Amino acid sequence: MQQEAAIREPLILGEKTYGQITDDVMAPVVGKANRSWWIVFGISAVMALWGIGCILYLLGTGVGTWGLNKTVGWAWDITNFVWWVGIGHAGTLISAVLLLFRQKWRMAINRSAEAMTIFAVMMAAVWPGIHMGRIWLAYFVFPLPNQFGSLWVNFNSPLLWDVFAISTYFSVSLVFWYIGLIPDFATIRDKVTQAVPKKVYSLLSFGWSGNAKAWNRFEEISLVLAGLATPLVFSVHSIVSMDFATSVIPGWHTTIFPPYFVSGAVFSGFAMVQTLLIIMRKVMNMEDYITIKHIEYMNIVIIVTGSIVGVAYLTELFISWYSGVEYESYAFLNRATGPYAWSYWIMMTCNVISPQLFWFKKLRTNIMFTFFMSIIVNIGMWFERFVIIVTSLHRDYLPSSWTMFHPTFVDIGCFIGTIGIFFVLFLLFARFFPVLPLNELKTILKSSGEQYKKHNQEH
Amino acid sequence: MADKVIYATYDDDTVLLEGAKKLVAKGVHIRDVFSPFPIHGIDPVIGVKQTRLAICAFIYGLIGLSLALVGMYYFMIVDWPMNIGGKPNDFFYQNIPAFIPITFEFTVLLAAHGMALTYFLRNWTLPGVEARNPYPYTTDDKFVMEIHPADNHVTVDELSQMLNETGSILIEER
Repeated sequence: MQQEAAIREPLILGEKTYGQITDDVMAPVVGKANRSWWIVFGISAVMALWGIGCILYLLGTGVGTWGLNKTVGWAWDITNFVWWVGIGHAGTLISAVLLLFRQKWRMAINRSAEAMTIFAVMMAAVWPGIHMGRIWLAYFVFPLPNQFGSLWVNFNSPLLWDVFAISTYFSVSLVFWYIGLIPDFATIRDKVTQAVPKKVYSLLSFGWSGNAKAWNRFEEISLVLAGLATPLVFSVHSIVSMDFATSVIPGWHTTIFPPYFVSGAVFSGFAMVQTLLIIMRKVMNMEDYITIKHIEYMNIVIIVTGSIVGVAYLTELFISWYSGVEYESYAFLNRATGPYAWSYWIMMTCNVISPQLFWFKKLRTNIMFTFFMSIIVNIGMWFERFVIIVTSLHRDYLPSSWTMFHPTFVDIGCFIGTIGIFFVLFLLFARFFPVLPLNELKTILKSSGEQYKKHNQEH
Repeated sequence: MADKVIYATYDDDTVLLEGAKKLVAKGVHIRDVFSPFPIHGIDPVIGVKQTRLAICAFIYGLIGLSLALVGMYYFMIVDWPMNIGGKPNDFFYQNIPAFIPITFEFTVLLAAHGMALTYFLRNWTLPGVEARNPYPYTTDDKFVMEIHPADNHVTVDELSQMLNETGSILIEER
């Protein structure tokens, strides 16, 4: 039996048994949704419907309904795309990278973080899709034999790399998540009594029996998929950054982009995990499993990645001056002092300055403060992408075409809509799926459960 | 007698593991163990071999890697060479840096999905398959050992006696 150092804080609080873990995680699945769930669900559904309406209007009328113009050809659409993809990075990072590092604290949060990843990547995929204008031709992005004399897609283009990266990332994350869910669906299947849920969960559990060989394979596939998903996480946002970095726009044409985007993605992903989990642990009574210690660990990841992002901002500024390229220097000067300076300073405050407050232990173990900060970081990271995209474009090489970007109600509606759809999906997940990985939590109960740790200490 | 199966239930994974070690030392063959989570260390005791799924994943990955490279060579160099921004693409080796990202993604795609499909088929966990665990509680908080008397040269009573000594809370013959 593996024993853990006594000074490590327990990851499962209270007097828990294996059966107790099952009951705690299943309580939301078998119980009825409470009023607060319905209220949040209702608001999200309204937002989602409004967004779907705006998207349909956009598709019916054309991309001209957005505030884009000849100078600013990418604005909120790609900002939202990068923002959602970034949020989608925490889930796989938690479940894959932390699995390889054998971090036990990932077990309480990986299921919901992966769900968040999948839903966020779905929302990200909406944006390039609707930006195409004629979404019914979206299959053109795949190298399919066609009647145009076999005209293939351009494999030299980062935009096509993105198609492969995002679709691989989405489908692999989905499979990884589902394979972990199967044994937990089996637990629910064997525990529920009503006929219809029993049928549904037995279909979802794929007939999982939990025999020794199956567990052997389960552990192997979890490990190998984690090994595959780890470089995948880093590659996806690197490729997203190359959409910009391989162009010749001052402010985009930067070699620092791939690592800078990846750390920014982890930063914003963890912030979104905090936003969701702080509410979820309270509403669903999961405080014994998602403890203050878990929140503190995530805040530490936020300081580290936030600081990397800060260093990247400053490096960019320095290099723009040091390069001696006047277009490059102007792009950055314009960001900090031009008409969009307000967005630049929102970005700097939210992403670089405010996360440094987490150096204080009192603050990073404070739930209200963490929740507030997670919202700040989400806002800051949205502005980071806005700054990179819009401020680099709006003053291009030709001063006569300099302009500003003004979002229309369709821009705003589509963005709010993706937030609404995301929350609708996440709330449905929280209601019907096991939000904590039952089988994994049971494996750490004896090494990291509070009463077992106490017991081991006494003997 | 030949078709009879003995199921011994335990309420703790450590007790089951220790019990299994004792039984195997006495020459009892344990057919299978059902548990709500992986019991570390049980596989060598009851003779479950380490799975070869990882080797499959490696092979699928190699297939993905080759398919991606061959595909892009055909599309971009052979079938319809395009001069894109003056970037050299007369030969495969000149164009290969631009092919790295998709090659990587496609390798991961095939390795992950190939492995997952193999996993589902080898485990026979597919939509609509009936679960084979003997009791519903083996996915909750109990651990069950499956022993076939036909595999062993002891009587059912002797076996029950041995299982009792290992701390089993319920021994049932089906």
